[in-house]
Amino acid sequence: MISMEHYLIVSSIMFFVGIYGFIARKNLLGVLISIELILNSVEINFSVFNRYLYPDHMEGLFFSLFGIAISAAETAVAIAIIINVYRLANNIDVRHIDQMKY
Amino acid sequence: MDLSNFMMMYQELGLLVVFVVLLLFDICAGETRGMRWFRPVAIVLFALHTAAGFFCPVPAGEAFGGMYVSNPLTVLMKNVLNLGVLVVFLQAGAWLHGKETAIREGEYYVITLATLLGMYLMISAGNFMLLYIGIELASLPTACLAAYNKYKAKSAEAGAKYILMSTLASGVMMFGLSYLYGAMGTMYFADMRPLVTADWMTLLGFCFFFAGLAFKISLVPFHMWAPDVYEGAPTATTAYLSVVSKAAGCFALLLTLHHVFGNIAQVWYYILWVITVLTIVVGNIFAIRQQDIKRFFAYSSISQAGYIMLGVLHGTEMGLSAVIYYVLVYLFSNMAAFGVIASVENRTGRTDIAAYNGFYKSNPRLALVMMLAVFSLAGIPPLGGFFSKFFIFASAAAEGDYVLVFIALVNTIISLYYYLRIVKAMFINAPEGGIGERIRTDGYNCVSLVGCTAGILLAGILSGLYGYIGSVGF
Repeated sequence: MISMEHYLIVSSIMFFVGIYGFIARKNLLGVLISIELILNSVEINFSVFNRYLYPDHMEGLFFSLFGIAISAAETAVAIAIIINVYRLANNIDVRHIDQMKY
Repeated sequence: MDLSNFMMMYQELGLLVVFVVLLLFDICAGETRGMRWFRPVAIVLFALHTAAGFFCPVPAGEAFGGMYVSNPLTVLMKNVLNLGVLVVFLQAGAWLHGKETAIREGEYYVITLATLLGMYLMISAGNFMLLYIGIELASLPTACLAAYNKYKAKSAEAGAKYILMSTLASGVMMFGLSYLYGAMGTMYFADMRPLVTADWMTLLGFCFFFAGLAFKISLVPFHMWAPDVYEGAPTATTAYLSVVSKAAGCFALLLTLHHVFGNIAQVWYYILWVITVLTIVVGNIFAIRQQDIKRFFAYSSISQAGYIMLGVLHGTEMGLSAVIYYVLVYLFSNMAAFGVIASVENRTGRTDIAAYNGFYKSNPRLALVMMLAVFSLAGIPPLGGFFSKFFIFASAAAEGDYVLVFIALVNTIISLYYYLRIVKAMFINAPEGGIGERIRTDGYNCVSLVGCTAGILLAGILSGLYGYIGSVGF
């Protein structure tokens, strides 16, 4: 039997892998994928809490649905901006995007 | 459900009408001569919308089962944001008419209105889902505004940094919200309020949620994006980020802290206390060494956010009105400064502080406006900035928080040093390395500068203003 805790452990691991990736990845797209991991872990959390703890209301599932839609919008905007960065710098390596630092 | 629910949302609906009209105008006019009229139409429509917010009474209450909350306080907050956006519109035109952006002029206004709609929802939210949607609606288009100078690498870099950071922040915030949901089983503010206790799940959720929102206001451990984005973004966007976006975040934080997490005030009080001190101190210390004026104002606005948190901390009636008053005066002062920066940048393309050497000789009136703005930000007595600081310190001192007030006062003195650096460059430094030419500001920008200067001078003297804000309670 898979209990709620198992899901929460998986989603927490996903969340912190995402945070680690956000800091450690050197490619902007890699950073973006890490953020997607974070958002997906949140959606797992919402669904699991809803299913196990509050099965008579659908609020958590609704939140997951909205979260999915919004994270898609975020990805679209982020990729558009990353394409623009690539056009101007010929590179999407974070180590090269350092015009403004200090 | 009946139609009166929609009457409560008339500010949102009015904004939506302006938004759709401008979008259709932009699409239909295309690149014809009709676009000449776009800017006046946009400004007049938005000014009408702003005026309607001030003069039409709004029925107070809850709409859509408590999802949306409307009361005199939220209306007042939205009016403050409206004023800020109006000034941004007045100042942005000269830059938008430039060669690179002229073809995309209409989009700027439309995108800005979309973010404003998000901020309305943040303030009026009665449910964390609406709050989250509002925050996203406010921050996603802002990334487009930051990356608006399509052919400038700095602008693209600013956009990339902003979108990645704000997405991370909202991810962290949502993670917190998911635990709050797990602990309480509801997302409605009114239902959550009595259920909030200091158990570990709520505290975990609260910390993540707070971190996400603090990103938006750029409080100190979460402020790293602000200077980069402020420097790289177009100046109109920088003004928008530093005033309107920050004000909306502060209002949302104020409302959620006191409406939802009031029960665990003794827990977040210490978190916020430490963060307030850090924000004020770090913002001030880093502002001292900046050479770029937009970056300088980024750090200055970080420390100003710290002062705003002084009023948020206690959540008394006095603190609330002090926060709104502070934001209003800060809006006038910062917008006046950014109006001058924008005109200098449009003419010469320079944003370093050295460009202002001998500015008084070449542009006495702009130098005067800049001086008043900077003095108001520093809190020199006859100007609005002094009174706003006075009220916010008084609100913290009234609750016996003398240590915090003392730290803030010491930092006000430190801040005087770096604000005076700009005044020194303009009035005392020899004009070597300065721009040394006369700058003509266009009519719209003149209106915004005169309005902001009048705001700086009068906000402190007309006591009715503070009285009016004070009369609008929780």
